Formats: sequence, structure tokens, C-alpha cells
Amino acid sequence: MLNKLPPVVVHLLAALGCLVLLVLLTFAADPFTNLRIATVGYYLIAVAGLALLTGFNGQVSLGHGAFMFIGAYTVALLVKRVPAFPIWADLLLATVAGGVAGLLAGAAAARLRGPYLAGATLALAVGLPAVTQRFPELLAGSNGLSFTVNSQPAGLVGTIPSTQWQAWIVWLAVLLALVVLANLARGKLGRTLRAVRDDEVAASLAGVHVGRTKILAFLVSSACGGLAGGLQAFLLGTAAPGSFTVALSLSLLAALVLGGLGSLWGALWGAIALVYFQVWTDDIAEVLSLRSDISDNLPLALYGVVLIVVVLAFPAGIQGGLRKLWVRVRRPVPSQRGEAS
Amino acid sequence: MSITSHEKLLHVGGVTVRFGGLVALSEVSLTIRPRTVVGVIGPNGAGKTTLFNVVCGFIRPETGDLSWKGRPLRKHRPDQLAGLGIARTLQGLGLFGGLTVLENVMTGAGRLARTGSLASLLGTGKSARDERELRDRSMAVLTELDVAHVAQLHPGALPYGVRKRVALARALVSEPELLLLDEPASGLSTGEMDELADRIRALTEKTAVVLVEHHMDLVMRVCDEVVVLDFGEVIASGSPDEVRVDPAVADAYLGTAPEELPSA
Ligand SMILES: Nc1ncnc2c1ncn2[C@@H]1O[C@H](COP(=O)(O)OP(=O)(O)OP(=O)(O)O)[C@@H](O)[C@H]1O
Ligand SMILES: [Mg+2]
Repeated sequence: MLNKLPPVVVHLLAALGCLVLLVLLTFAADPFTNLRIATVGYYLIAVAGLALLTGFNGQVSLGHGAFMFIGAYTVALLVKRVPAFPIWADLLLATVAGGVAGLLAGAAAARLRGPYLAGATLALAVGLPAVTQRFPELLAGSNGLSFTVNSQPAGLVGTIPSTQWQAWIVWLAVLLALVVLANLARGKLGRTLRAVRDDEVAASLAGVHVGRTKILAFLVSSACGGLAGGLQAFLLGTAAPGSFTVALSLSLLAALVLGGLGSLWGALWGAIALVYFQVWTDDIAEVLSLRSDISDNLPLALYGVVLIVVVLAFPAGIQGGLRKLWVRVRRPVPSQRGEAS
Repeated sequence: MSITSHEKLLHVGGVTVRFGGLVALSEVSLTIRPRTVVGVIGPNGAGKTTLFNVVCGFIRPETGDLSWKGRPLRKHRPDQLAGLGIARTLQGLGLFGGLTVLENVMTGAGRLARTGSLASLLGTGKSARDERELRDRSMAVLTELDVAHVAQLHPGALPYGVRKRVALARALVSEPELLLLDEPASGLSTGEMDELADRIRALTEKTAVVLVEHHMDLVMRVCDEVVVLDFGEVIASGSPDEVRVDPAVADAYLGTAPEELPSA
């Protein structure tokens, strides 16, 4: 009965279920934890977008932080300059801005491959945040823009902490975007993206316009990046170039590999890892009272170690490992199945 | 509109292709009529695959022209071919390793899809119905080729002969009017080759086939007409029997005497 419904309805129902669970969870969590829950949310959509581009379509981007940067500054500028816009419109425009940037990047990228593409996207991640120095009046240089978003309805102010409200907004936006990604991943487009990744010649003979497909992957993926950046700005009330370093771009890619390239679920595990590694290493550093120059680099180092271990153990990432486990649990005696068929 | 009304399905006229100093095709002309099987044979490096690449729009010829059903094919792109009704299998198979066998074949059926990218992005009921139809059609073709049991597997782990059938299924599912087969018999057992011969003959009810092949018995058995390429030039053409006894052909094949060429 469920598979008679259009995919979008199934995915919306699943998203609604997730949203209800998350809202309940935020009531049980303290404000700090809610901030982290929201942070997982925007990293999730950034990594999920990257999953589409790199996992599904095989285009490696070392510069997805650049699209987050664009989204964050779109929200910051809109909040400051056009306060009449509601926050959902700001977030929508951040998504559009990321998508437009991705369209341009994708058009260039469709002509590049492998190391050249990686290099070009890396240059984007290095270069783009530097524009804040070029326009200090508008973008406030390296200090970045600070602002307050008054999105919480008057009736809710004081009844729930603002981080809880923010977590709801973030996850609502993230789940809506995930519905689109899930439609895409499960349908014809997802198949086309993967076909182009595997063999461009065969894909074009099957009637697929390879260049257009690659640009579309970039567009959707960077729109997700724009949304993620916009949500980050909304959550933190700042947009500063220091938040969008090359290290961010690299950790997004690392999170994707860690979680598993092949599916959107991998993005979830990757985003959780991204946020909680930071938390855990901070705790460890505090307990061991490490010097700050060591503790600052601890998350990245630990992240690297775990990444190597996981990828060695499960080449398909955490999601790949989980799937293997699931298959084993469901089919304890595979040989009998083999005989039956 | 019926294909029988077109005397010429595909016409290749005086095509020349050069790679630097190497002349890969030299003034090659070829006509494919509906529901016929034309063999293109020749030693390694004769230009057979290059000819396919010209037809498919991967390579622009230096001179010469192409036409499809009487209309000129100029500056066409490979991805437009499926829409015209031309399908091709690749010499190196070119299966999508990360897709299941069924997904591989469904990708080939894209021409028959009626909903576009946006519907897919929005996950509408219409796009889902479309997908179900593509799946059913693809399963039907896989069943016809006796490989339905591997539909959910990835092609990498399958035996070579099975993979060849999957590649053929991916080309056939779009119901092409012209099928370009690049060495479909390489790596097949004798039994599989017999089956392939029957299958190609059966295809001619609806489809014209251009068969590039090194296995002479297969070529002689299924082709209505054979074109022989050597160093990019057409050195002979005609019925299988005419070509078999052509001395130029024997010369091209390392001086093999005509009577030593495998017979049908
Ligand atoms: N893209 C290319 N660039 C340069 N030379 C090429 C290219 N493609 C083919 N050639 C050369 O053109 C000639 C014809 O190649 P082609 O692949 O068409 O031969 P073929 O008849 O298909 O041979 P085989 O039976 O080995 O598949 C060969 O000498 C080959 O090396
Ligand atoms: Mg060849």
C-alpha cells in the first residue's frame, strides 16, 4: 500500500515522522545539546549535497565550504539589509544563491575532471572567503557580519529556549531539502547521475546528456551547501570568513567518506561524526588538561585516524558497514537461500 | 510512419577520419537498409570502431556526410542517437559497475520515459508510474535474454557471457531501429554464439543491425551484406558468398587463401 503512493508522499511522511521525533528530543535536551542537534542538521544537508555530487555523480569537490560561505553571507546580508524579509525567505534565497554559484561552477567543472576538478574547487574554497577583504564596507572584512534573527513567534518567546526553536527551524528546512534529495536519489535522476559517474560514453549512448547531468548535480549539491551555510548563519547570528576555511571543505568530504559515499544515510553518520568528534575531543582535552595548541588540532587528528580505520575496515563507510551487518542479521544462513532460487 | 517507406535507414557517404598522420577511415561509404544485417569486418585497427564512433557523433569526420532516414545528420551528439532510434553496444561492454543489472537496462530505456527531470526531482506519482513501466520493460528484455535472475546483482561479479547479454539488453530495451554491435561474440562460447546468431536474425523483424565482428562464421551466417575494411578503406563489399571468395579480402587477412576462410 505504501509503495502505491508517489515517492514524494512517502518521503514527506518519513520527514514528518523524523521532525516529530526531533521536536520531542529537543524537549529532553538542554540548550547546549539542542545547539548541537541543530548543528548536525546543517552539516547533514551540506554533506548530503556533497553525497549527490561526489558519491552519486563522481565529481570530487574540495570546495563545498565556498557554497556554505555564499549561503551564510546571503542570510547575513538579507537579515541586516532587508529586515522585512521573513527568515524562511532568507533561507530560500541562500539556497538559490548557492545553486546559482553551483551552476556557474558546474558549467566550468563539466569541462574538468579528476585532479583538475579537485584543484579548481579547492581554489574556490581558498579564494571566495577572501572577497570579504575586498569589500570591507559591505562584508565587514575578517570580522564578519553579526546580527540577530528574531524568528521566534512572540507567543513562544520565554516558553522555550531559543536554541530549541532554532533546532526546529533548522531541521524543518533540512528535512524538506532531504525530501527533494531522496526523490532524486531514488528516481530516474539518481540513476542517471550514477550512470554518468560509471561510464560517460555508455551513458551518452543511452541518451543521457553528460554535461547537463554533471551541471545539474553541481547545482543541486551547491544549493544544499547554500542552505547549510544559511542555516549556520541563522543559528550562530554571524557570518565570518573564518568559519569557511579549506579545513571545513575537507572535513565535509571526509565526513562523506566516513559515513559512506553511496547513500544519503552516509551523510547522516558523517554529519553526526563531524559534530560529535569536536565535542568529544574537547572533553578529552579538558580532562587531560592539554595545552591549547594540542587540543585545537586534536579533533582533526582524531578524525583522520578514525577515517583511516573505518575506511580500512569498511571501504563503503559506516553505512556500508551497517548494511553488511543488516544483511547478515536478516539472512543468517545464506547458503539455503541460494539453493532455493 | 513506417520504416519500410525509407529505402535507406542510414547512409554514410565518403567519410574520412584522420588521427594525426594516421588515416583511420578513407572515403568510406555505406548504406544500411531497414531490417537488414550488415557485417563490417577487417583486421585489427582497420577502422571498424572508428566508423561506429563517427555514426554516433563521438568523432567528426574530416570529409563526408551522414544521413538518417534521408535527413542529414550533422553535428549530432552521441546522446541524441537513442532518441533517433539508434542503439550501440560497446567493444569494452561499458556497463555501469555501480548500478544493478536492472538499473543498467533501465538507463538504456530512458528514451521511453515520458516524465522529465523535474518530475523525478519532485517525486510525483507520474514519475513513479513511469519508473515502474521502465522496470517492467527492462525485466521483460532481461527475461528474453535469459538473464532475469541476475537483475538485482551488480555486473562486475557476473561471468563475461552474462555481462555481454546485459549490455545487449541495455541496447535493445530502447527498441531501436538500428543496432550497432561492436564485437558481440568476443569471449562467448560456441553455444552462446549460436544463440547470438539466432537472436540477431530474429531482431531483423523490426531492427537493422550493423555487426562488427572477427568471428567469420557468425558474420557469414547472419549477414545479408558484408563490408570489408582494411587500413580505413573499403576493399570489398557484397553478399557473404561474394566477399568470401574475394582475393583482396584474403590478402587483407594475412594472405589466407580464400578456401581457408571459415565457411558458414
Ligand atoms: N581516438 C583515437 N586517437 C588516435 N588514434 C585512434 C583513435 N581511435 C582509433 N585510433 C586508431 O585508428 C585506427 C582504427 O582504430 P579502430 O579502433 O577503429 O579499429 P578497429 O577496426 O575497431 O580494430 P579492432 O578490431 O582492434 O577493434 C587504429 O590504428 C587506432 O589505433
Ligand atoms: Mg574495434
